[in-house]
Amino acid sequence: MFDYNFHWRPVMKSLPDLIDAAFLTLQVAVLAMILGIVIGLGLALVRMHLRGLPRWLASSWVELARNTPALFQLFFFGFGLGAFGLHLSPYIIVLAGLTFNCAGYLAENFRGGFQAVPDTQIRAARSLGMTAWQAYSRIVIPQVFRIVYHPITNQMVWAVLMSSLGMLVGFRELSGETQFFASRTFRIFEYFAVTAVIYYVIVKLILLGSRLLAARLFRY
Amino acid sequence: MQPSLSFFSGFTPNDLWFLAEAALRTLWISALSISIGTVLGAIFGWILYEGKLTATLTLAPVLDVFRSVPLIIQLVLFYNFAPIVGLDLDPFASGVVILTIYTAALVANVARGGIEAVGLPMRRAARSLGMTYWQDLRHVVLPIGGRAVFPAWVGVALGVMKDSALVSVLGYVELLKASQILITRTQEPFLILTLAGAFYFALSYPVSRFAASLERKWAQ
Amino acid sequence: MIEIRDLHKYFGALHVLKGINLNVQKGEVLSVIGASGSGKSTLLYCINGLEPVQQGRVVVDGIDVHAKGTDINRLRQRLGMVFQQWNSFPHLTALENVALAPRIVKGKTRAEAREIARRQLEHVGLGEKLDAYPSALSGGQQQRLAIARALAMEPEYMLFDEATSALDPELVGEVLETMRMLAEEGMTMICVTHEMGFARDVSDRVAFFHQGVMEEIGPPEQIFTAPQSEHTRKFLANVR
Repeated sequence: MFDYNFHWRPVMKSLPDLIDAAFLTLQVAVLAMILGIVIGLGLALVRMHLRGLPRWLASSWVELARNTPALFQLFFFGFGLGAFGLHLSPYIIVLAGLTFNCAGYLAENFRGGFQAVPDTQIRAARSLGMTAWQAYSRIVIPQVFRIVYHPITNQMVWAVLMSSLGMLVGFRELSGETQFFASRTFRIFEYFAVTAVIYYVIVKLILLGSRLLAARLFRY
Repeated sequence: MQPSLSFFSGFTPNDLWFLAEAALRTLWISALSISIGTVLGAIFGWILYEGKLTATLTLAPVLDVFRSVPLIIQLVLFYNFAPIVGLDLDPFASGVVILTIYTAALVANVARGGIEAVGLPMRRAARSLGMTYWQDLRHVVLPIGGRAVFPAWVGVALGVMKDSALVSVLGYVELLKASQILITRTQEPFLILTLAGAFYFALSYPVSRFAASLERKWAQ
Repeated sequence: MIEIRDLHKYFGALHVLKGINLNVQKGEVLSVIGASGSGKSTLLYCINGLEPVQQGRVVVDGIDVHAKGTDINRLRQRLGMVFQQWNSFPHLTALENVALAPRIVKGKTRAEAREIARRQLEHVGLGEKLDAYPSALSGGQQQRLAIARALAMEPEYMLFDEATSALDPELVGEVLETMRMLAEEGMTMICVTHEMGFARDVSDRVAFFHQGVMEEIGPPEQIFTAPQSEHTRKFLANVR
């Protein structure tokens, strides 16, 4: 049954390249998360406070991001926009796709977070003479942030896992780089096994970092 | 962007049929994986809940791996691993195996949450009425816990349905792969992607709305 | 002085305050009693501008609360408010809860604000709990924290909206005690309350509200022993 000879040496030789690619994976995921948090917050606020076209657009973004495959979204930024003569680089395709997706999911998390902070908190803050902006930034947002902290962590993990789709649009992040080496050496199993381990380590490090940060940030 | 936007230029009714068939394959592989994976996941969830230490040390970390490594890597890895151990699996079978385990890993957490949601007092009450362990599980835990986590399970199932697009990496022609093929042939990326996206959306959006409304209703 | 003239308040079609006229003098303690839904809490919200009014005026020390040009945030610094749900800020320690508004609203330095907060917390008997988060405090302690938070703005008036209604019975005493202490120090207070003992012993005047109308107002002895209105008599007979 096991007449297959494992060859790990080529994998080990390209390990530095894989690690470099892993940093590219992290980079694109972190960037997408930063953009996603800003846009997601905006989408949530638009959906809660505005009516008409802006609200419809924000809702469409959220629902499309949540109800179609991430790969579809990547393809859309990949060849869908090609129909309009817009050809993006693989890096931008993946960044745009991940940002679109993360913003949609995070918008829902933010909306839940805002709904979980009672209106009476704003009343109490306003009764002390705080302006609406002060009440929002000092009282509401810190509490929302606490509520969405874990969902944001989960979304960060998703962003890393999702960035692996880059390999299907020619982006040489960790998965793309792995495929590149694997197809040159035909050591597909070995390469992807090592890459799986690298992903696992990245995910665990994110979760660990998040937990350590939470212990520092949230004392209540 | 020349005449590429003129509708149905290179796109024939035959192509529509090709897409429809691929959509059916998406449905088929999703339905198969979700149903087997759910049963398996429910059993895993029960083991995680009852097995305490042993399960925490064995099953939990294994399931965790499937949640911490990108699905696409899992698929490539398994597809190339199967022949090593003498299994002759086509892309469809490989896809079903991995999607099923992936579903089970996600459902296991949901199921354990469901059992925990029932609460000991209610279960003690059931046992005090003379129910056996299995009667308690069947008539108390399943209906009450199942209801508590049904919306979460719908989320998992829809996620797997969307993620089934990744089986295309093995060459299985589901909806997105078919779209990609057609795009190359007809040069109608926008039209074809819109059709594919609309299919996923039409499936996912109503179901997720339904689950959300059930959640609201049951929360009262 | 707080002057309320012909005040009307609607929630949609619901007429909750039907022409209230009332003066509250400096140093006075006024208790407002009445059944739930009689409009007495709404009155407080209208006094510090948390609810808009449809007709009439509220004038605090010569400033019309609901006039267009009024700097409401500045005015609210004169009007401390304590809520039924104490609304402590869960992400801040007791000290930070109290120190925040003096710093960001009044522009005190961090050190000044902390000193004010420490003094006010000691004043309400929470000197030991400066660094505790609200989740570690009892309801009574959180309500005293809310009182300290309002006092830190050095208000001229304190508005209490059923400050003890949400508390467990054994915690009501400590909050009433703190309110009594404030009254003895000469604070001007309007207390919407269900605590008839407090209303009788501490207030200078008691007002009875019924279905959006102020039925009766007078010294506690008069309201509790010789009420003029049929509604007041019925209400008092039921709560006793």
